[in-house]
Amino acid sequence: MSSVESKTASQPSALAEFWYYFSRNKGAVIGLAVFLLVLFVAIFAPFVAPHSASEQYRDMLLLPPAWMEGGNFSFLLGTDAVGRDIFSRLIYGARFSLFIGLIVVTLSVISGVLIGLVAGYFRGRVDTVIMRVMDIILAFPSLLLALVLVAVLGPGLVNAMIAISLVNLPHFVRLTRAAVMTERAKDYVIASKVAGAGTMRLMLLTILPNCLAPLIVQATLAFSAAILDAAALGFLGMGAQPPTPEWGTMLAEAREFIQRAWWVVTFPGLAILVTVLSINLMGDGLRDALDPKLKRS
Amino acid sequence: MSLLEIENLVVEFQMAAGPFRAVDGVSLKVSAGEVLAIVGESGSGKSVSMLAAMGLLPWTAKVTADKLTFNGRDMLSMSDSERRKIIGKEIAMIFQEPIASLNPCFTVGFQIEEVLRFHTDLGKKARRDRAIELFDAVGIPNPEERLGHFPHQMSGGQCQRVMIATALACNPKLLIADEPTTALDVTIQKQILDLLMKLQSEHQMGLIMITHNMGVVAETADRVIVQYKGRKIEEADVLSLFESPKSAYTRALLSALPDNATGDRLPTIAEFLSDQEIFEGAVR
Amino acid sequence: MLRFFFGRLAVLIPTFLGVSLIAFSFIRLLPGDPVMLMSGERVMSPERHAQIMHDLGLDRPMWVQYFDYLWSVLHGDLGTSIVTKREVLTEFLALFPATLELSFCAIVLAICLGVPAGVFAAVKRGTWFDQSVMGVALVGYSMPIFWWGLLLIIFFSGYLGWTPVSGRISLMFFFPPVTGFMLIDSLLSGQAGAFKSAVSHLILPTIVLGTIPLAVIARQTRSAMLEVLGEDYVRTARSKGLAPYRVIGVHALRNAMIPVVTTIGLQVGVMLAGAILTETIFSWPGIGKWMVDSVFKRDYAVVQGGLLLIAGVIMLVNLIVDVLYGFINPRIRH
Repeated sequence: MSSVESKTASQPSALAEFWYYFSRNKGAVIGLAVFLLVLFVAIFAPFVAPHSASEQYRDMLLLPPAWMEGGNFSFLLGTDAVGRDIFSRLIYGARFSLFIGLIVVTLSVISGVLIGLVAGYFRGRVDTVIMRVMDIILAFPSLLLALVLVAVLGPGLVNAMIAISLVNLPHFVRLTRAAVMTERAKDYVIASKVAGAGTMRLMLLTILPNCLAPLIVQATLAFSAAILDAAALGFLGMGAQPPTPEWGTMLAEAREFIQRAWWVVTFPGLAILVTVLSINLMGDGLRDALDPKLKRS
Repeated sequence: MSLLEIENLVVEFQMAAGPFRAVDGVSLKVSAGEVLAIVGESGSGKSVSMLAAMGLLPWTAKVTADKLTFNGRDMLSMSDSERRKIIGKEIAMIFQEPIASLNPCFTVGFQIEEVLRFHTDLGKKARRDRAIELFDAVGIPNPEERLGHFPHQMSGGQCQRVMIATALACNPKLLIADEPTTALDVTIQKQILDLLMKLQSEHQMGLIMITHNMGVVAETADRVIVQYKGRKIEEADVLSLFESPKSAYTRALLSALPDNATGDRLPTIAEFLSDQEIFEGAVR
Repeated sequence: MLRFFFGRLAVLIPTFLGVSLIAFSFIRLLPGDPVMLMSGERVMSPERHAQIMHDLGLDRPMWVQYFDYLWSVLHGDLGTSIVTKREVLTEFLALFPATLELSFCAIVLAICLGVPAGVFAAVKRGTWFDQSVMGVALVGYSMPIFWWGLLLIIFFSGYLGWTPVSGRISLMFFFPPVTGFMLIDSLLSGQAGAFKSAVSHLILPTIVLGTIPLAVIARQTRSAMLEVLGEDYVRTARSKGLAPYRVIGVHALRNAMIPVVTTIGLQVGVMLAGAILTETIFSWPGIGKWMVDSVFKRDYAVVQGGLLLIAGVIMLVNLIVDVLYGFINPRIRH
């Protein structure tokens, strides 16, 4: 074997190493598979869904799922109170949930990391003020604060997303700040500073990449939490408004039929659970793969 | 009759990459009143063999031996609850990191009285008196007050004294000391060693001293076992080991002492010997 | 210890000021005219508008208004409901026991099941028991509890007919509230079957509200236990010849509880958020449902007061948890 070959064999890329540890966690791989399926369905919803999300089949109200007596295979999971196909609405609903998760995570990660960087890097009075503000946000139950914020901003999907991002913010600020404070004292940062690196370079290029692992894990958790919170707001009537096929909103509309038609209630919730569970499974896998402390054992 | 007898002890750990043999066919004997030192580099399996003898290894470890007896009783066939009546009472052990070895959530008094509670039928008052007596014996000042302290309020040396007092609580026949001084300051090391030796001769205990420090060996041991990579390399009384070491490994170990260093560098074993050469001279 | 307590208390003061500032600004941030919002009147003459504005003190500078608000809050005056015309604090105190009773039962359920499950999962690490407990815990952690509540109603109330669907006690029973806790009051009333009715009303909401804390506590206990079981002092405890139940149940658990207590404290916030959903589903007359109803009825004085009171409860619980943390962690106490 030539020396060049042995070098490539002994040093797997960071990605290959990550995949090695991630794939050792079976749950994480299942989670990833389910998540990719949900993602696929969401992106290609118009092609995958057998019906439109809003078309009302007036002669097919509250049709049970296909495998039950009186079911119809054209409506796999049955129809709701106004005759819309539940399966198709769930497929379109995946778009909303994933979109909400994505926007919320993006908003709260970017702002949270920036604020946390500033707090952890400059310390002193700036830090105190920032952390006090975060304490104040954390003093409210997240859903209550989101609910009240939506009351101020007016109900709707966009406002729900803004509210949930704000509620998620303190976790990212605290995490980034803690990570920055440990990294800041390390020799490589001091070396970079001595070499003449400016504040922005130190914060964004030197320190930040070394704090990423816990942030990625937290972002995954925030993603699933955002889906849950948005659905909860939708359920309370403060999130997406009917007839949007958002899963929480669908549940709210279905509530009055729980005694008569269990399927209108069961499937939207199941969709939320499966999606959130798949993301949380991935989060556990990511933590195992990215946390060097666990890697050793 | 020897106190502890081990013949052909093998300890294997189940690892992701297959079984790993940490101890490979070690045999030893200790009698009452005798000090046996087990020396070797880190990873030579010296602690593991003693933990195995006491049944303290995690369940991932597989322990086998031709013979493992304490005071004539077979420790291998013994049930867990029978073994628990012996360890802590007749065999006691102290460890390398004294502060980490004490539970941070309980007072040292609680931790020493706990042994008495489980192994003796002393009452509450009697246990406390005994604890004070033990603290006195290991040289802890103000024992009454110290009993109420938590480990983090004490120094490393003080914690090791507490550990020793706890180990001695039931007058054990055999004490196993696993690198008892390694984590301590040099001045404290001396005090703790002197204390251990004084208590050993007072109680005529068997003492197994696990160490990688040849100085400790020279100062304490009657007999020495040299271990390398889980195997016994040499066994000899302490004088002949230092004066005429039989195996090449022991000679290399002695020449690797910092005192023998010439020039700027400290010598390492690998400079003298390969694994094969080491095992060629090994005794069983 | 006392110094530690007052130190924690001192940190709460700026947080409380911030919380009160948020509650204060809430009404002023709402779209629409604060005078109309606070008086609850829809149509009014300019004179009446000016009159109310003056009565409410809205014509004064903002900071005067804030300190005025803070002053009345500190004197227990949290405003009056626009809808019921009752004092917000009175309403809160009447409804809070219902939420407290439910939350207490839920957290007790979560601790009693979660801690042992986590401990056994850690001890039996890697076995089918560990894997199934952690699997169930992750499902619980991912659970949309408003749906979970509906499912339980469909099955236990609808299909099996075992439990009632809503409320705290059957309408057959009526007795004046003494403690506000239905379990106690129903016993005190001496009416046959009242206690049983109260319990059956409590079961499903307790399960629903306890689900996420249960999952979180089980996961946290397991990981704390795993960490602690590898510590030197656990080996020391075993070397003393102690039985496994004592090594695990006393030496290891005592240390593992330190992070778990923090987690349990954090669950209180989670529970009050969960109470909003649980109380809505089960028509449980507590402060969660009260807040949601007030948001919908645009009873903003109640929302403002409720925000402050609920944040106050959470801060108080956090203080208690901090003190408790000091008690179980000797390294802080001394």
